[in-house]
Amino acid sequence: MRLTLGIWMTAVVVLAILLPMVPQPQHWYEFPVVGGLGEKARIIFFHVPTAWLSFLAFVASMVYGIKYLRKRNPDDDLKSSTAAGLGFLFCFLATVTGSIWAKFSWGSFWNWDPRETSIFVLLLIYGAYFALRSAVEVEEKRASLSAVYSIIAAVTMPFFMFVMPRVLASLHPDPIINTQGKVYMNATMLVVFLSSLAGFTGLYYWIFTIQVRIRRMESLSIHHEGELKRA
Amino acid sequence: MPARDATSIAWFRSVGAIFMKDWRSELRTRYAISALLMFVVTTISIILFSLGSESARPEVLCGMLWVVIFFSAMSGLSRTFVMEEERGTSMTLQLTARGSAVYVGKLLFNTVLVTGLDVLTVALYALLINGFVIKTFSIFLVIVLLGGLGFAAAATIIAAIIARASTKGTLYPVLSFPILLPLVLTVINGTRLASDGAFFEEAYGEFQILISYIVVVIAVSVLVFDYVWKD
Repeated sequence: MRLTLGIWMTAVVVLAILLPMVPQPQHWYEFPVVGGLGEKARIIFFHVPTAWLSFLAFVASMVYGIKYLRKRNPDDDLKSSTAAGLGFLFCFLATVTGSIWAKFSWGSFWNWDPRETSIFVLLLIYGAYFALRSAVEVEEKRASLSAVYSIIAAVTMPFFMFVMPRVLASLHPDPIINTQGKVYMNATMLVVFLSSLAGFTGLYYWIFTIQVRIRRMESLSIHHEGELKRA
Repeated sequence: MPARDATSIAWFRSVGAIFMKDWRSELRTRYAISALLMFVVTTISIILFSLGSESARPEVLCGMLWVVIFFSAMSGLSRTFVMEEERGTSMTLQLTARGSAVYVGKLLFNTVLVTGLDVLTVALYALLINGFVIKTFSIFLVIVLLGGLGFAAAATIIAAIIARASTKGTLYPVLSFPILLPLVLTVINGTRLASDGAFFEEAYGEFQILISYIVVVIAVSVLVFDYVWKD
């Protein structure tokens, strides 16, 4: 899995950066120019997958949280917090890549665009989630409280979709992925984009399984040490 | 179904009893009331000092009003659940009342507290701060009432969560802010409309968001409350 993933991601990165962008693509290896963005449009191959993963990990964390509340299996809590940790990482990456892009497209690193505000709130929620986890010592209590918090956060997040447009107009480009469901990419660009999305999701899954295994062993060894001390 | 009627009457009774219990113990100790009162006075005077002889634009003042209300509410609303943990009475409550009755009773108490806080803050704000004018009073009234209920709804469930954590005081605003942000943005927007003298119909969107927020948060809170509350 590791080798396939490595080759896949290398191919995606190389293609995404090297393939030329031309106004009228004639050959299969050329990307179309996206209106007003120029070469800066290449961020879509890296920024969108990280943003997608920060959202996916948030949902995964909540689903494992709900599973924990139903079955009371500590392993689900472990998965829930691992997913949240990865989500925080990807959320941070999406924020940083987006912010660098915004500096060169909009002229400032941060200007409270609705998208920037939503990702900022997602970062805050992740931060609050970990602050809560570190403040509760009893394991079962920590698991159920953080699960409940992620559920409440998840049901209030969609309100931003209604609230933000009333407060500010967005400058975030959506010529590529938009509400009308039109795709302005040519076939090559779409393939590279979807491969990048798949590759990043695979990367997430790979890190997730490793992390879960490490933390299972850690919790086992802690229990083991406890038993040794008691004996 | 006589049996079911009897239990629902018992449910309403225990809601009322919990509300009255909190109300009486609050009147005896005046902990939350004095904390809220002092917080409002302190923050408004800081705003007054920082403004000096300048007068800020009405839009800024509308936003600052809700800053005062948010942080004052954060200083007092967690009390309802933290108090039960500190006095060691939460076990008794768990035995005598159903989880949903406890949540709704505490929610009623917090709603009364927030509404009182709103009235006091608005009165002081209108008296002391130059340039704060409300032209459409009907919008403002609905915004303050719905906003108060929404604040109480989210603050109550977060209070139940942090009552179980070890660092109660500092964690409360951290956990509440991302949850309350859609509400805060909407009430600020509504207050601006009221201050600009918009027609009542123009604020329907804000009312819709507030009402759906309240319904969603209360419904989810009732569903998950037992996981937080029961040991």
